[in-house]
Amino acid sequence: MSETSITADDEVDHSRRRFLTAATVATGAVGTVFAITPFVKSWNPSERARALGAPTEVDVSKIEPGQMVIVTWRKQAIYVVHRTPEMVAALTQNDSKLKDPSSADSRQPDYAHNEMRSIKPEYLVLVGICTHLGCLPKQHFERGEAALGADWPGGFFCPCHGSKFDLAGRVMAGSPASVNLVVPPYEFRGDTIVIGVDQQSEGVA
Amino acid sequence: MANAAEGAATKGGFRAWLNKRLPVDEFVQSQLVGYYAPKNFNIWYFFGSLALLVFVIQIVTGIFLTMNYKPGELTAFDSVEYIMREVEWGWLIRYMHSTGASLFFVVVYLHMYRALLYGSYKAPRELLWLIGMCLYLALMAEAFFGYVLPWGNMSFWGAQVIVNLFGTIPGIGPGLVEWIRGDYGIADSTLNRFFALHVIALPLALALFVVLHLVALRQTGSNNPDGIEIKAKLGPDGKPLDGIPFHPYYTLKDVVGVGVFLMAFAIIVFFVPTFGGLFLEKPNFEPANALSTPEHIAPVWYFTPFYAILRAVPDQRLGALLMGLSVLVFLFLPWLDRSPVKSIRYRGWIWKLAVAVFTVSFLALMYLGLMPAEGTYVMLARIFTIAYFAFFVLMPFYTRVDPVKPVPERVTYHA
Repeated sequence: MSETSITADDEVDHSRRRFLTAATVATGAVGTVFAITPFVKSWNPSERARALGAPTEVDVSKIEPGQMVIVTWRKQAIYVVHRTPEMVAALTQNDSKLKDPSSADSRQPDYAHNEMRSIKPEYLVLVGICTHLGCLPKQHFERGEAALGADWPGGFFCPCHGSKFDLAGRVMAGSPASVNLVVPPYEFRGDTIVIGVDQQSEGVA
Repeated sequence: MANAAEGAATKGGFRAWLNKRLPVDEFVQSQLVGYYAPKNFNIWYFFGSLALLVFVIQIVTGIFLTMNYKPGELTAFDSVEYIMREVEWGWLIRYMHSTGASLFFVVVYLHMYRALLYGSYKAPRELLWLIGMCLYLALMAEAFFGYVLPWGNMSFWGAQVIVNLFGTIPGIGPGLVEWIRGDYGIADSTLNRFFALHVIALPLALALFVVLHLVALRQTGSNNPDGIEIKAKLGPDGKPLDGIPFHPYYTLKDVVGVGVFLMAFAIIVFFVPTFGGLFLEKPNFEPANALSTPEHIAPVWYFTPFYAILRAVPDQRLGALLMGLSVLVFLFLPWLDRSPVKSIRYRGWIWKLAVAVFTVSFLALMYLGLMPAEGTYVMLARIFTIAYFAFFVLMPFYTRVDPVKPVPERVTYHA
C-alpha cells in the first residue's frame, strides 16, 4: 500500500469508498425526507380550514317529533332526528337484522355508545355521511315502505350504493357499508345541541 | 441510415448548419424512414397514433380553457358557465375538451384490446405494455381530476366517493382522506390541488410516459396481427422482409385514420356534446352542493366497469380492493398468459372463448355501472365480476392447454 498514489485500481481502498458512498446516500436520503416534508404537510387542512371547523349549534326544541333537520359541521352534513317514542321502542327489535348491533366496531363518543346511540333517547345526532363511500343517506322513516321491503324498520337509505341504516344509524345486513353511521361529539346546553364539543367538556368549551 | 445524414451535412447551407448542431435529419432517418414496421397492420393499428392526437387536442384545448377557468369553490362553476356562454368560441373549446376526454378512453381501450387480440404484451414487449399501463393509470387520474374541476354536483359527489375509497385502507384510511382533501370535507382546497395536478403534474407525467412508450416500441418493434417477429426474417439489405418504412407508408395511413376520427369527433362536438348524459352527466349542470347527493351517482362511462365491481361486493373493504385489482390485474397480463402463440389467429377455441367472456363481462359491467345498484343489476354485476376475474386468474392454466395452430413463417396478407 502506497500512501501517496491513489490512481491505480489495486491501490483504491474499496471498503473506504463503499462506506463513503453509503454515508453520502444515507445523508442524501435523510435530507430528501426533510425536504419533502413541507410539501407533504402543505396538503393538511390549513389553519383557516381548522378554524372554520368550529362547533355548530342546533335548537332542538324546534324539531317536531318524527322530523329531522340537517346542519353542517366541518363541511359534513349532520342529521339531528327527533325520534318519537314509537321509533325508540322499535329500535330494540332490529338487532337480528344488523351487522354491528352493539356498535362495537363503529365510531361514536363513549357517552353515545349505548343502544340508542345518543345522549337522550329521543334525539339522534349523526354524521350524515354514508360509512361506505360518503354519499348522503336519505331519510325513509316510514316502517315497511314499499320500495324498501315490508320488513323495513324505518331509517336511512343511501341511494349511491344501497346501504341501509336503522333509526339509530346502525347498518343493516346486506349493505355494502360495514360499520354504523358515525355519531359526532356533541353536548346538550338546555334545548340546544352543540355539535363538535364533547359532553364531558361541559363548562370548558 | 448514416448516408442521408452525411448527404445532408455535405449539402451546405442552413440545413447543414442545423444538422451539425441538432441531429434533425438523423432523427427523421432513424426513427421514421429507417424504422421498419410490419406490412400487415390492419384497422386496429390506428389507435396508437390517434391516442397521441387526442393527447395533443387535450393539451391545446386545456391550455385555452385554463385562460378563463377559475379554480375555487365560489368561482369554478360560474367560470365554466362563463366559458360556455360569454367567451367567444368558449363552448367549442370546452366541448372539444370534454369530448376529447371520452374519446381518449375509446381510443385507449381499443388500443389495449388490440394488444389483447394479438398478444402485443407478450415477450419481448412486456415493458412496453407496463409503460402503457402507467399511461393508462395516469390517464385515469387525469380524467378524474378534470371531472371534478367544473364543480357541478356530480363533480363534488364523484370526488367524495373516489376520495373516500382511500378511507377503506385499514389504519391510515381516515387520516389519508383528510390529507387528500385538505379539509374535513371535499372543499376549496381539494378543488385547487386537483386543478394543479390536472394541469401540471399529470400532463407532465403523461408526456414522459408517451416518450418512454415510443422509445420502448422502437426498441422491440411493433407486433402485428400475425404475432410474428418480423426481425427474424431479414432481407439481403438487413431490413425485415415483412417490414416497410414507417414513413411514408404508415404516416400516410395514419393520416387517413386521423381524418375519419376527426369526422366522428366533430359530429359529437357539434351535434351531441353531452352524448345523452354519457360524456357530460346531467346532475353536473347544477352547482356542487354538500347537502344534496344526486339521486343516482354514476361515474363517466369509462370508469363504470370498475365501479360496477365496487358496488357488486357486499363488503366495503373487499369491494374497494377488488375494484383496485380489476384495474391493476392488467399489469400482470404478460406473465399470466402462458400460450406459446401471440395472435388470436393461431390460438385455439379456449382462448377465443375466454376473450369472448372477458369482452362480454367488461361491456356488461360498463352498462351495469351506469344503472342503479338494485336487485337484478347487483346480481348480474356479481356474476360478471366473477367472469371478469376468472379470465385473469385462470389464464395461466387455460393458455397452457389451449390447442394452438402452427404459426406461419411470414406475415399473411388479406387484401
